[in-house]
Amino acid sequence: MSSEKQYIDLYSEARQMILDHSSAPLNAVRDQAFEDFKAQGFPNRKVERYKYTNMQELFAPDYGLNLNRLEIPVDPYEAFKCDVPNLSTSLYFVVNDAFYAKALPKVTLPEGVIIDSLNRVATEKPEFIAKYYAKIAKTNEDAITALNTMLAQDGLFVYVPKNTKVDRAVQVINILRSDVDLMINRRVLIVLEEGAEAKFLFCDHAADDRNFLSTQVIEAYVGENASLELNCLEETHYKNVRVSNVYIDQQANSRVNHNVITLHNGTTRNMLNLVFKGEGAECHCNGCVIADKSQHVDNNTLIDHQVGHCDSNVLYKYVLNDKAVGAFAGKVLVRKDAQKTTSQETNQNLCSTKEARMYTQPMLEIYADDVKCNHGSTVGQLNDAAMFYMQQRGISVEEAKLLLEFAFINEVIDNMELEPLRDRLHHLVEMRFRGQLNKCEGCKLCK
Amino acid sequence: MAQINQNEFVKEVADKKYEYGFTTDVQTDVIPKGLNEDVVRLISKKKGEPEWLLDFRLKAFRYWQTLPVPKWGHVHVPEIDFQEISYYADPMAKKPANKEIDPELEKTFDKLGIPLEERLALSGTAVDAIMDSVSVKTTFKEKLAEKGIIFSSIGEAVKNHPDLVRQYLGSVVPYRDNFSAALNSAVFSDGSFVYIPKGVRCPMELSSYFRINARNTGQFERTLIVADDDSYVSYLEGCTAPMRDENQLHAAVVEIVVNDNAEVKYSTVQNWYPGDENGKGGVLNLVTKRGDLRGVNSKLSWTQVETGSAITWKYPSCILRGDNSVAEFYSVAVTNHHQEADTGTKMIHMGKNTKSTIISKGISAGYSQNSYRGLVRATSNADNARNYSSCDSLLLGSNCGAHTFPYMDIHNDTAIVEHEATTSKISEDQLFYCNQRGIPTEEAVGLIVNGYAKDVLNKLPMEFAVEAQKLLSVSLEGTVG
Repeated sequence: MSSEKQYIDLYSEARQMILDHSSAPLNAVRDQAFEDFKAQGFPNRKVERYKYTNMQELFAPDYGLNLNRLEIPVDPYEAFKCDVPNLSTSLYFVVNDAFYAKALPKVTLPEGVIIDSLNRVATEKPEFIAKYYAKIAKTNEDAITALNTMLAQDGLFVYVPKNTKVDRAVQVINILRSDVDLMINRRVLIVLEEGAEAKFLFCDHAADDRNFLSTQVIEAYVGENASLELNCLEETHYKNVRVSNVYIDQQANSRVNHNVITLHNGTTRNMLNLVFKGEGAECHCNGCVIADKSQHVDNNTLIDHQVGHCDSNVLYKYVLNDKAVGAFAGKVLVRKDAQKTTSQETNQNLCSTKEARMYTQPMLEIYADDVKCNHGSTVGQLNDAAMFYMQQRGISVEEAKLLLEFAFINEVIDNMELEPLRDRLHHLVEMRFRGQLNKCEGCKLCK
Repeated sequence: MAQINQNEFVKEVADKKYEYGFTTDVQTDVIPKGLNEDVVRLISKKKGEPEWLLDFRLKAFRYWQTLPVPKWGHVHVPEIDFQEISYYADPMAKKPANKEIDPELEKTFDKLGIPLEERLALSGTAVDAIMDSVSVKTTFKEKLAEKGIIFSSIGEAVKNHPDLVRQYLGSVVPYRDNFSAALNSAVFSDGSFVYIPKGVRCPMELSSYFRINARNTGQFERTLIVADDDSYVSYLEGCTAPMRDENQLHAAVVEIVVNDNAEVKYSTVQNWYPGDENGKGGVLNLVTKRGDLRGVNSKLSWTQVETGSAITWKYPSCILRGDNSVAEFYSVAVTNHHQEADTGTKMIHMGKNTKSTIISKGISAGYSQNSYRGLVRATSNADNARNYSSCDSLLLGSNCGAHTFPYMDIHNDTAIVEHEATTSKISEDQLFYCNQRGIPTEEAVGLIVNGYAKDVLNKLPMEFAVEAQKLLSVSLEGTVG
């Protein structure tokens, strides 16, 4: 039996239940998503963008779903205290896929800014949400997006009105919490109007030692002159499967800084589709992966230059140990009218053991002539001369290795704009390399 | 001002006709169109082949029938009606009784610059001239035989050296490899067979010249090169076809076996008819080329200059099986008008301390699409594998495309693999610099493009380098906007 059958059956049987516990704009696209999912099925490895991760296998196990929206008892502050010090973020929680409204931060947001449950806003202002929901995350183009759209009932909604700046970074903790194996379909919708500015940090944490399968679709609309920083940090465990599809639309002169950090996980696939819709926009997409044991991390990016005068920068770095599998496939697509495009795509990888595997595929597809596009990719080991130099100065092999690996990853972290977050990540990465923790410090769970 | 000059020049170049587009009026024995087991048997019978080879063909044919037409390339292959092609055309069938070759054929090859008279030939090059499905003549055969080198058409080799052919045929590219390799294995006609015995350094360049002449035929040649221990050979391949409105299919297979300490250099200047400026006609070049570096310290170098064909879809590859083996791939692919190319290489590192280098230069002009697609794989046994790839694309004009699709699969912690690619147009600074020194724009463009491709052209043997440079200038100079 192929994996899609159980999801098709589930939707056919539980359709009404799903509809009852969700709002009109989310329900409006559900049936179409179902049709699209049925038509596509899970991508097999012959589908170019899913070459390196076996979706059929990941979605085959039988997970429970919380379609009735039962409240899962959790006190996020008790379960989790992953506060990035000095960052003084506005801290929000999403438990599985439900926005946790009981513990809102005591900050006053600038006027007009909304950070709330997607489902609640959709119930109150259906027309407003319908304008944006499932518009750039097209269900007929990706089966996982279709599946998510078909099942998603809640998530996070962010709205920043024109020329408004949200000074405090918004930290959203996604807590995976369940007593049974659970599938989660989370949805995030971010709308930044013209000239708006906001910074986000999404942290994924698993609170229970259960098998989790989460699909996540983030749609972000970045208006003219707007600026968005979107950081995603995954710090879960080896039983966690995460499939995340991020869609970003950039209007003229906007700026996006998107960072994906994977420290601990089971199987992760992150997909980014970023489209330049207005001239003069720029994006920086960075990723770092530190993987060991049998972690599997697959990052897939597509930067679509539809108009000219845009600048894209992609930098992904992997450090692989034990039997970890890393994959990076990045495509920069420069369309015919996108003259004066500049693009730089870099992927560098360290393989430290014989069993570690790295697949890399940096691609350029260019239809305009007045462009400057580069990409580079390397797979290798630490520099012997550097290792020798350090040992000469009395630094042990382990310590030297750690220092060099740390320096290697640092380039990615240094691209992040939030300084306290950078400091924090330096610390986390160092701890990660030392193998000392499996959770962020300050998290009560690991104590 | 410069813009106007350039545009005129572009037009001029665009209007330039394909030089080798003439046809030869020679009586050719063409078998009826269509493809079925009987046709396969007929080809085998015409070539007087032994039973085992017919079996090989039939197995390939049956397998081919089960395969879907591949669609994954970044090219638009038109629907090919395989029943509308004739799979065997013999221009030698009706030659005058007293002559070795029909004088018309000799004239044709003269016109192509390939003299078949040994006394006229460029010193140091032996030629196997192949028109349609049959080898017309192989020069210097006797002289090479003195050293024990076998250089003949594969048809002859099957008759004279059946054991050698049987041992190696299909050992590098099995008939199950892919769609066009399966088709080729079923219906292949002449190509060259080269065997260099142990310790022999081939004293001259060996070369094959392929010519499609007859209408509604395809060319399905098969080339097999075996370099035994401690040997060396440099092999060149050239090709042209007449201008025709319909597409002609060229689905060849080239297999190279390199044993211990041997070295093979394989150079191609591909100039099949590219179709007219509206993209009508042209050769569909779907070729499987692969070298198996079986021996320790073996070396294989592919050099290709691809200027012709409506569609080029090929990946000359290397399997680095032997320890310390070295593989190189140098390519210049030029596409103009409506040509499409999806070409590159595969480097499969399996032995220890293996090294590979990939230098690819793509140049696209007009409405063409030019893609580099390459795979570098280091298996878990390939300790200390080393690869360096560099792929540059140059865009001349705003209607063309240049794409890079590199794949790297690394399963070894001691492997070092590097890839870099750039895509750009000719820099205005460079043009300005040349203009400033009194070099007109069109010449400056030619200069810059030739300089850009130099890394690859330098790797070609002398005779070919001249031809390739000429070809580049015809295909390109001044096409820059």
